[in-house]
Amino acid sequence: MDLTLSPQEQAFRDELREWLEKNNPGQEPSGEQDMFKFRREWQKTLHDAGYAGLSWPKEYGGRGATLIEQAIFNEEMARQKAPGLANVLGLVMGGPVVIAHGTPEQKERFLTPILSAEEIWCQGFSEPESGSDLASLKTRAVKSNGGWNITGQKVWTTYAHEAKWCMLVARTDPDAPKHKGLTYFLMDMEQEGVQVRPLVQITGESEFNEIFMEDAYVPDENVVGEPGQGWNVAITTLMNERAGLAFGSAVAVKLALGDLMDLVRERGLEEDPIIRQRVGQLYIEAETLRLNAYRGLTSQMKHGIPGPEGSLPKWQWSDINQALTELAMDIRGPEAPTVDERWTYRFLRARANSIEGGTTEILKNIIAERVLGLPRMR
Amino acid sequence: MNFDFTDDQQAIKRTAHDFLADRLKPDKRRELAEAGSYDDGFWNEIAELGWPGIFIEEDHGGQGLGAVELVILQEELGYALAPTPFFSNAAAGFLIQQAGSDEQKERWLPGIASGEARGTVGVVSNGEAVLVPDADSAAVIVLVDGESASAVEAGSAEVESRDTIDSTRRFSRVSANGGGEQLGGDVQAGLDRAEIALAAELVGISQWALETAVAYAKERKQFDRPIGAYQAVAHRCAQMMLETEGARSAVYYAGWTADNEPDTTPLAASMAKAYAADAGWRVTASSLQVHGGIGFTWEHDLHFFLKRARTDGHLLGSARSHRDRVAELAGLSRAAATA
Repeated sequence: MDLTLSPQEQAFRDELREWLEKNNPGQEPSGEQDMFKFRREWQKTLHDAGYAGLSWPKEYGGRGATLIEQAIFNEEMARQKAPGLANVLGLVMGGPVVIAHGTPEQKERFLTPILSAEEIWCQGFSEPESGSDLASLKTRAVKSNGGWNITGQKVWTTYAHEAKWCMLVARTDPDAPKHKGLTYFLMDMEQEGVQVRPLVQITGESEFNEIFMEDAYVPDENVVGEPGQGWNVAITTLMNERAGLAFGSAVAVKLALGDLMDLVRERGLEEDPIIRQRVGQLYIEAETLRLNAYRGLTSQMKHGIPGPEGSLPKWQWSDINQALTELAMDIRGPEAPTVDERWTYRFLRARANSIEGGTTEILKNIIAERVLGLPRMR
Repeated sequence: MNFDFTDDQQAIKRTAHDFLADRLKPDKRRELAEAGSYDDGFWNEIAELGWPGIFIEEDHGGQGLGAVELVILQEELGYALAPTPFFSNAAAGFLIQQAGSDEQKERWLPGIASGEARGTVGVVSNGEAVLVPDADSAAVIVLVDGESASAVEAGSAEVESRDTIDSTRRFSRVSANGGGEQLGGDVQAGLDRAEIALAAELVGISQWALETAVAYAKERKQFDRPIGAYQAVAHRCAQMMLETEGARSAVYYAGWTADNEPDTTPLAASMAKAYAADAGWRVTASSLQVHGGIGFTWEHDLHFFLKRARTDGHLLGSARSHRDRVAELAGLSRAAATA
C-alpha cells in the first residue's frame, strides 16, 4: 500500500499546478451565452497546452495519460476552482466512443474539433418515456437514400443549443428485442428537421434542452458501430461518463465543505454540538468518498475494470452534496430561503444529483445485481 | 499510488483467513461465546504464528511490521468473531510502544509480543475505567486518563468482572486507586492506533453480516421469489455494502497513515473509528432485518456479531466523540471560537 504519488506523478501535478496558477481564467461570467463562450475559450487554452483529452491516446491528439494522472487533473481543476470545459460530453463520451467503435474516416473527421471545442457535442439518449429504462426508447430511424430519417423526441440534452453533433440512439428495428434493435448515430444538429427547446429547471436556468426530430437525416457514414449494435456502443459511453467524474466530485465536495465551515464561523456556531456533529459526519463521508474512489482506481488499474467499490462514488457524492447544502440552509436559519450568492442555487441544484447520470435507485440495483449477485428484479 | 496490499500483506490476509476458518468453526465459536471464555490452545497457536507481536519492534520481541499488518489481522479476527484477548493485548502494545520509556518498553513489550504476559487498555473517567476488555487476564493494564496514561501491573489494580451484551469478549471494571507508573510519551498516538485496530475489527464484522444477509436473501423465498429479488431488500443490501466498503477504505487509509504519515493519523483514526462504529452497528442491524425472525433467535449466530459490533462502538470513544474530534481537527476549532 502506497498512497503517495510517484516522482513522475508528482512532476505531472506540479507542472499542471503551476500552469493552472498562470492560466486559470477564474470566475465565469454570468449569462448563458457569455459563459459558454468563456468555457469554449478555456478549453481551447487547455487544448493548446496539451491538457484536453487527457485520457485519449496520443495518436488521436490526446495525452495518453494514466488513470492516476486523470485523477490528479480532475482534483487540481477542482482545487483551483478552474471553470468547466465547453465540450465535456465530446471529451468524456463522444471522443472515446469514436476511438473505440468508429471507422478511420470518423476518427479523422470528428476527433480534433472535439478537443479544440470547435464542434460541441450533445447526447441524445433519454426520452420523455425512457429515463432509467433507456432501452425502451421510441425515437425511430428509417432507412432512406444512403442514410436514415430520424423522428422522435429527446430530453435532458445538455448544450443542445450550442451543439454541432448529437450522439443519438434510435430504434432501427422495431421487431427486434428492445436492446437489439438500436443504432448509434452522430446527428448533425444544424438541419431543418431538428428543433431545440430549452427546458427550464427548478433553479430557473436552462442547462438542458428538449430536441424534437422530424425526418432529420443522418448519412450512413455517421453510424457508429453496426446498425443494431447501438446499445453496446452506448454502454461504453455511460461507463466513460461515470469513471472520470469521481475525483473531481470528491474535491468539489471538499471545497464546498470549506465554504460551509466558513459559514459556520461567520454565524459563530463553531461550538454548537449539533452543527459539529453534522459537519464532522460530512467531512468523514467526503473523505471516504475520495478514498473509495482511489481504491476503485487501484482496482481498475490492476484488473482493467472498476472493482465493486468503483460503483459507489456517484451514489455517495449525491447523498453528501444534498446533505451538505441542506445543512447550509439550516445554518442560515430564517433567512435561508432568501436568494444568496452561495447557497440557494447549490441547494436547489443538488436535488438533481441523485437523478442525473443514473438515479440512486438504479445504482443500487446495479450494486445489488452485478456486485452482490442478487436475483434480477424484473 | 497503490491503494492495495503488497504481496506479503495479501499473504498475511489469506493465511489469517484460512487459519481462522479452520480453527474457529461456528460450533466452536458458539461454545466459547456461550461459556464466556477463551481457548488457551487457540491463543498459543496465534502466539506461535507471531500475531501478537506483529507490529512490535524487533528489539522488543516483535516482528517489526506495522499498523497495516495489524489492521489485516484484526479485520480477519472480526470476520471470524474470534473470542480472544488479541485486540486488548495489541492496544496495550501500541500504548506502551508509543508512550513508554525505553525501560518500560523493555519490561512489558516482550510479554505482549510473545503473548505470554498480556496487556490491556482502559479509558478512565471519574477515577475508574468502567469497561476494560480482558483486564482479568492481563499482566499489565494501561489506564488512559485524558492526555496521560499509567501502567498498572496485575494485582495492584482493583478488577471486577462484568457481564456485557458481548459474550465473545471478557470485560471488567478497573480502578487503580492512584497506583501505577506514568507513560510519559505520546499517549494519543498509541490510543489512535488502538482505535484503528478496533475499527478494523468492525470492518470484518460488517463484511460477515453483509455476506450472510446476501446469501440468505438469495435463498429465502417468500411469495414464490427469493426475497433478494425485491428492491426493498436488495437496496438494503446495497446500502450495507456501501457502508462496509466505506469503513474499509477509511480503516486501510488510517492504518497506512500510522505507518507512513503520522501527522495525519489523529484525523484519520477518528474518521475510521466514527465511520466503522456506525457502519458496524447499522450493517449488523440491517442483516438482522434481512434475516427476519430467524435473525432474532439465539440459534442464529448473527446476534453474537451484532452485540460485538455495538460494544466495539462504545469502546475507545463513541462515534459521537470521534465525529466531534474530526470537526475540531478539520477546522471548527473550539479554541479559536473562544479566543
